[in-house]
Amino acid sequence: MHKALVIDPGKCTGCKQCEMACSYVKTGEFNVSKSRIRVFDFHTEARFVPYTCTQCAEAWCQQACPVNAITTNADGVKVVNDNLCVGCKVCTIACPFGTVNYNAETKKVIKCDLCLGSPACAEACPTSAITFQDSEQAGFDKMKLWATQAAHAATHEGPNAPVAKG
Amino acid sequence: MGWNGKILRVNLTEGTVKSEPLNMDWAQKYLGLRGLASKYLIEEIDPKVDALGPDNKLIFATGPLTGTAASTGGRYSVVTKGALTNAIACSNSGGYFGAEFKFAGWDMMIVEGKAPKPVYISIIDDKCEIRDAADIWGKSVWDTDEWIKKRHQDPMMHIAAIGVAGENQVLYSCIVNDLHRAAGRSGVGAVMGSKNLKAVAVRGTGGVKVKDGMRFMKATREAKKVLQENAVTGAGLPAYGTQVLMNVINEAGAMPTRNSRDVQFENAHDISAEAMATPRKTDGKPNLLTNQACFGCTIACGRISKIDETHFTIQNKPQYMHASGGLEYEAAWALGSNTGVDDLEALTYVNFICNEQGLDPISFGATVSAAMELYELGLINQETTGGIDLKFGSAEALVKCVELTGKAEGFGKELGLGSLRLCTKYGRPELSMSVKGQEFPAYDSRGIQGMGLTYATSNRGACHLRSYTVSSEILGIPEKTDPLTTDGKPALVKAFQDATAAVDSTGLCIFTTFGWTLNDIAPQVDAACTGEWSPERLLETGERIWNMERVFNNKAGFTAKDDSLPARLVSEPAKTGPAQGLVNGLAKMLPEYYALRGWTNDGVPTNETLSRLEL
Repeated sequence: MHKALVIDPGKCTGCKQCEMACSYVKTGEFNVSKSRIRVFDFHTEARFVPYTCTQCAEAWCQQACPVNAITTNADGVKVVNDNLCVGCKVCTIACPFGTVNYNAETKKVIKCDLCLGSPACAEACPTSAITFQDSEQAGFDKMKLWATQAAHAATHEGPNAPVAKG
Repeated sequence: MGWNGKILRVNLTEGTVKSEPLNMDWAQKYLGLRGLASKYLIEEIDPKVDALGPDNKLIFATGPLTGTAASTGGRYSVVTKGALTNAIACSNSGGYFGAEFKFAGWDMMIVEGKAPKPVYISIIDDKCEIRDAADIWGKSVWDTDEWIKKRHQDPMMHIAAIGVAGENQVLYSCIVNDLHRAAGRSGVGAVMGSKNLKAVAVRGTGGVKVKDGMRFMKATREAKKVLQENAVTGAGLPAYGTQVLMNVINEAGAMPTRNSRDVQFENAHDISAEAMATPRKTDGKPNLLTNQACFGCTIACGRISKIDETHFTIQNKPQYMHASGGLEYEAAWALGSNTGVDDLEALTYVNFICNEQGLDPISFGATVSAAMELYELGLINQETTGGIDLKFGSAEALVKCVELTGKAEGFGKELGLGSLRLCTKYGRPELSMSVKGQEFPAYDSRGIQGMGLTYATSNRGACHLRSYTVSSEILGIPEKTDPLTTDGKPALVKAFQDATAAVDSTGLCIFTTFGWTLNDIAPQVDAACTGEWSPERLLETGERIWNMERVFNNKAGFTAKDDSLPARLVSEPAKTGPAQGLVNGLAKMLPEYYALRGWTNDGVPTNETLSRLEL
């Protein structure tokens, strides 16, 4: 079973505990600018959106890397091998989502590796906006939400009621 | 560890920027933020200095837990001699600015002198520059934020700025960071304005180290669990914000209403947390869109609101038709109950303007409220107000006032003086609901007796955030005391004052203390910081800070006479509610408080007390 980070922006408060947990695990200090997950603040729309690598099955970063420094582990996670990475940054251009980035201090690229099995960001999130779930069931919570609405409509408006509006 | 060990000294007169090592002996005695910056200020300025003159200094300070994974660890403070009070001022703010400042590699910045022309300070990691602000002088906080980010082509910068209120030295103007978080009280914005300093923009890419990472992560994880499981910090504050208090305090008969003539507001429900969350009749949408956390905060009490687009306040003003910082309890009370205005959308608009122009909504609302009483008494009239029909309950009048005050236009210029100077000008200083020139916050001390002593003895003028005995007297945290009696209150106030001074100096938010005691906080400080930090040491540090601030104020000219309340609170009994018939019993509490503090009958710390606290 592969697991994935499931992100629900509706629950995010913008506290950045995920960024601190990530940077602590990866660098031993609290440094949000080195976090592999980032929270974006859409101020005027009252939205906070955490964003990070989704571990593409066919990863553009991996295919673009000229020295094969990005490998796939048994859990399907794309891992940067620091001893091979030459810091050419081609993967940062290849990634359509911008989730691979260069670290000028180490002269290597950094990306989320799901903490190799136990992501610190998901553990640190106080509102469960970030959870770590079976990747084949990642949509389950949303499905259940819609199903709940359908169930509610059926109970209150009869079996042929249209599915509730979003 | 915990501290970066570096401070910035910026002299605006000479245009110089210097890096200095942090005095670690002082850090061990005073921690950070409030304690540490006050120590620097007191060592460096004459207590009798003109608050708005170039010899006053303005300090931006973080603490050892700022920029760490401790819940709420993102705070910074602005410390200076207050423009409104002429007492020591320390205004604490959240948002993201403080943590970013720490990530840039600094603990503190001391701003000295006065720039010959408007400037802003940019700090990008270890590079600090004084830059020309001609293009943003006269602009709002919001426009300044946008302009600086564009100028530096860096949307990740965090900015603390004054609005036009600070430029015009409105005496209760504040410093606003991240658009709607504020170092709000005592006129720290006016001091910044007097230095021709428009903004401080920060970008930091470094990290913060702690002493024992494993132990720190364990301590912060356990402490976060306490917050999550606590009814106030885990449920009440995230869902309702501080506005959770509106109905509670009103029912307790401790809601200052119409300049404290009443202690209950008949329409409190219309401006409460519940009202903010209820869909409006006009457009079917609620005022409140979501909650927001400050940096590192697992409580997330911040309110994000959107005004009804059809409301009279924002007709043809598209710039206010988006989400921004909504009403907290203090603002809802000051702008609402205290002026008798029950129009939630109008209050939200006035709050937006306070954020945009950099006004403290507590002092602004309370000053309007005092002006409304002067108007009712006929001491001022429409000629004075420039045609504003300044009646209690008038949303239109309140809106006109806020639009004039920051700009210092017309009657707004008089409102910008604060309630004490305004009421004194018209011959009735006792109508100013203030202590040491600073207006009361949202708790009537007839219904919550401990708050009378809190206000009277607060080192920065009337304030709830110096010893929030409401917590014990109303909410029963950490244990319930009777709000209607003075018994035991001097000891309660002292304990809250000392603990609060310590928490204010760590980098944590005081709201954590609804759930945490010093027993929860000390392990986090101890794991992060050099030295050994027990709850007892934190409490002693708090007491040291309190006495140090007091000594500064005494040298600035304050005496026991200034530890007083307006006549109304001690002579006009509450008309309704649980406190009906009561006045505040300050005279009974004050001598006992002085004795507990180890101060003389004149409110001066004895030599014994000072040497016990190593002062």
